Amino acid sequence: MKKHYRVVIIGAGIMGLSAAYHLARRGITDVLVIDRGYLCGGASGRNGGGVRAQFSSETNIRLMRESIEICRDFATEMKINVWFRQGGYLFLTRSKAQAAQLEASAGLQKRCGLATRLLSGREVQSIVPEIDTQGVELASFNPDDGVVFPWPFLWGYAQAAEALGVELATFTEVEGFATDGKRITSLALARTAHDALAAHDRAERTSAHGRGPQLAPESHTERPVQERFSVSAETVLCCAGAWSPNIAKMLDISLPNVPHRHEICSTEPLKPWLGPLVADLSNGLYFSQSARGEIVGGVSVEPVPHGINQRSSVQFLATYAQALVRTVPSMASVKVLRQWAGCYDLTPDQSPIVGRVDGCENFVLACGFMGHGFMMAPVMGRHLAEHIATEETSALFAQWNLRRFAEGNLLKSESMIIG
Amino acid sequence: MSGKTLLCRCEDVTLDEVEHAIAKGHTDIESVKRFTGFATGWCQGKQCLIACARVIEDKTGAFPLAPITPRPPVHPMPLGMLAGLANVVSTERVTHHERGAVRKPNVGNGEGESQ
Repeated sequence: MKKHYRVVIIGAGIMGLSAAYHLARRGITDVLVIDRGYLCGGASGRNGGGVRAQFSSETNIRLMRESIEICRDFATEMKINVWFRQGGYLFLTRSKAQAAQLEASAGLQKRCGLATRLLSGREVQSIVPEIDTQGVELASFNPDDGVVFPWPFLWGYAQAAEALGVELATFTEVEGFATDGKRITSLALARTAHDALAAHDRAERTSAHGRGPQLAPESHTERPVQERFSVSAETVLCCAGAWSPNIAKMLDISLPNVPHRHEICSTEPLKPWLGPLVADLSNGLYFSQSARGEIVGGVSVEPVPHGINQRSSVQFLATYAQALVRTVPSMASVKVLRQWAGCYDLTPDQSPIVGRVDGCENFVLACGFMGHGFMMAPVMGRHLAEHIATEETSALFAQWNLRRFAEGNLLKSESMIIG
Repeated sequence: MSGKTLLCRCEDVTLDEVEHAIAKGHTDIESVKRFTGFATGWCQGKQCLIACARVIEDKTGAFPLAPITPRPPVHPMPLGMLAGLANVVSTERVTHHERGAVRKPNVGNGEGESQ
């Protein structure tokens, strides 16, 4: 590892790795990507792999249209199979108010060039005959949306970035920053023996198990650090997802993001029968069939424990099973193999926080993606690399800057959020 | 053992594949699990975990200190049976057991989504 880098990226999830890859593609290869844990350990390895352009905000629709194009070419470009399957997304609504909103969103999507079409309950069965459509008010379907297997996306970006000269350091955490008042001058890093970290995390999970709240971060026992060192950087990019507020706090920057646990599960593999990812806007139920045959899905379960919590609950499994079996009765006999959880990174106006931070001029944020960070990373990595390389602020980055919260210019909410 | 020996019979992961993952730098057990898919099938690692841990020990010199995170349920369970639990397991229990529980602001909360 070197003493100085042009760019240090905090977080080796898909957002950080995509940004690193695109920086390297632009010729900026003097890049270090660090992560507290292992690849795929955070939300990038814990999501359902949905990739869709059906949103209610024009910004999201246009970005995701581009991201889907990138996903389509990813396997060829990166020489890695990401199990991309364009079976579409089928949104269901069960009230007049939601139906009206779905109709408005579908209209906007069509104006943006999507092939979205509206369907009645009965027409839903022409796409998924197994769905019990009783109570379905209106549905929308975009055949170009799809699902991927998330993990190979990270390996693909990591491999390609490393081949271009980017350095990747897992099990390496930020402990603090040095600044000159206006800029970050260096980062204090700590490398942990990965095994000792796993044992440490396990002990903390066990101590918090089922009794009271999870331990507050400040009450955590000390991590088993192997080595401490510092690196300097011209630009620091924070792609730490739900951990971003903790990183920013070390710089006395307060972020409005909140981690929100989201649970998910997977069944035994079945022969292919389900084309689209089905998402019910009335209860947050969604389910899709992966290219490996499993039915992967989740549902909204509120409230969730405070803070970063990646533990599973039986409440989720029961709520999901009930919602899924009501929607697809023939799923009753299918067995759940495994459940797990990850954290959404939520913002007060349901829009991401991206770009340079006022008062700390070489600190760039890319967080608050509302559970859509994975699907947006292919296109956002390119925008982030451009932002860092050119130092120009696009309209998108101006719109999504952190300062909107201080100025009271909150954005119009995105309504098509699942789970 | 030959390279074609199956270490994880549920997901058809061979010794060769585990060794390949380690050679690619995935030396901790969680990363090997993700790269090869071992322990993600029907038995959830009951058969293969020790075998894979031994291969990691052989190749890296260190036997993993902690196993992979176990994922519920303990046995595969039909969705129909789990659905029956919904009336027994109240989601409000989360509030009792985990103080400071939070609700997602404005989104994903049933009808609140349409606001």
